[in-house]
Amino acid sequence: MLTVSMNVNGNSATHEVPDNTLLVTFLRETLGLTGTHVGCDTSQCGACIVHLNGESVKSCSLFAAQADGAKITTIEGIADGDTLHPMQQAFHENHGLQCGFCTPGMVMSAIELVTKNKNLTERDIREGLEGNICRCTGYHNIVKSIQAAAEKMS
Amino acid sequence: MYSNKYVKATNVNKAASIIADAEDGKFLAGGMTLIPTLKQRLASPDLIIDLSDCKLTGIEDEGASIRIGAMSRHVDVAESVLVQNAIPAIANLASQIGDRQVRNRGTIGGSLANNDPAACYPSALLGLGGTIHTQNRSILAEDFLTGMFETDLEEDEIIIGISFPKPDKAAYVKFPNPASRYAMVGVFVAKFSDGVRVAVTGAGEDGVFRASNIEAALDESFKANSIIDGLVSADNLMSDIHASAEYRAHLIGEMTRRAVIACG
Ligand SMILES: Cc1cc2nc3c(=O)[nH]c(=O)nc-3n(C[C@H](O)[C@H](O)[C@H](O)COP(=O)(O)OP(=O)(O)OC[C@H]3O[C@@H](n4cnc5c(N)ncnc54)[C@H](O)[C@@H]3O)c2cc1C
Ligand code: FES
Ligand code: FES
Repeated sequence: MLTVSMNVNGNSATHEVPDNTLLVTFLRETLGLTGTHVGCDTSQCGACIVHLNGESVKSCSLFAAQADGAKITTIEGIADGDTLHPMQQAFHENHGLQCGFCTPGMVMSAIELVTKNKNLTERDIREGLEGNICRCTGYHNIVKSIQAAAEKMS
Repeated sequence: MYSNKYVKATNVNKAASIIADAEDGKFLAGGMTLIPTLKQRLASPDLIIDLSDCKLTGIEDEGASIRIGAMSRHVDVAESVLVQNAIPAIANLASQIGDRQVRNRGTIGGSLANNDPAACYPSALLGLGGTIHTQNRSILAEDFLTGMFETDLEEDEIIIGISFPKPDKAAYVKFPNPASRYAMVGVFVAKFSDGVRVAVTGAGEDGVFRASNIEAALDESFKANSIIDGLVSADNLMSDIHASAEYRAHLIGEMTRRAVIACG
């Protein structure tokens, strides 16, 4: 067992966990933040994406211990009270989700993509989503959502 | 996942002595290969030694070569202005590895220590004739890459940095596996004043290799049309559900042509 401490969505969290606890397990099971999903065993689907010190990472492929001392943002931490984050609002308005399983990871991945890059083309957005898999939408409305959010966020 | 202990080493010598005392220890860099492997129970180390506090980052210009710290992440290499200017082919290679999240964590040292037969960096190491530096010694690319998932590293040996000689021109072109993004075939072409080196990843049964008849053809004339059909044989190439050996041979020719064109 070891003690890990991190700041999650603005709150500090310190817990004793088994050494091999994955960050996603820490978020979902220790902290009860179940918005972050697990969709695969091969680090390919991106349903588990969160921000670690502002960068998108796959929380299923990181030990909680590696995030000791870090600032983590999950899907639960991006809205401002009842006001959705522009990326969430854009997914809502553009029908960017169907079952919603991939959505938390899509949104977290897209926020980093749009924050780090200006004037994204449709192709840039599609390539930027290489790490996210959606089984429902066929991606078209996800791309539209991100384009719409990019305009609002710029 | 099997249970394991986790420690963070604060320098390379400590990391080496911790692993020497462990029953079955494993170094952890970006974890983008090791953690999926642990999750699938394909490995069961009792101790994970995290190298992230060992200060192995940083990229330097050494004149005739550049040196990249082992813990430099793929995103760091892709976005490094120094690398983009000195050997743009390496920055471009790093920008094509996996996806953004993999590039935000995965490191050059981890990729080379792993020597996956479909990984990108081994082709740059062999194609440029680079050198691996560990805490004990320096190892030439040819001696370091000993086969599929095999390297010359000792159990307690840590890659601290990698030097790549600056070529006149170089380019890396890969045909990514559509699902995994690894190379189904990747070709690194480097033109030096004393000759052309061509390294092929994703295709060889023993991992990355130099394609000597392509090198000879390009030494003769550094043009895409020097790569004629039939130059690349399917012997000793991998055949799997993704591609037959013959298709891989075809892709090697085509990726080489594209790399030569990309060299400009
Ligand atoms: C979805 C996905 C797609 C990917 N696509 C590609 C791709 O297109 N091309 C590609 O090349 N790779 C790809 N990868 C692999 C990725 O590049 C990994 O980051 C890399 O292979 C391993 O680096 P790491 O830092 O994550 O190492 P880790 O996973 O931490 O370690 C890998 C191995 O190297 C050892 N090791 C690590 N650092 C050192 C060191 N400094 N000294 C000695 N031993 C060390 C570890 O003990 C372990 O055995 C992909 C991975 C994923 C999950
Ligand atoms: S759960 Fe699929 S990438 Fe993390
Ligand atoms: S909306 Fe169902 S997986 Fe993407």
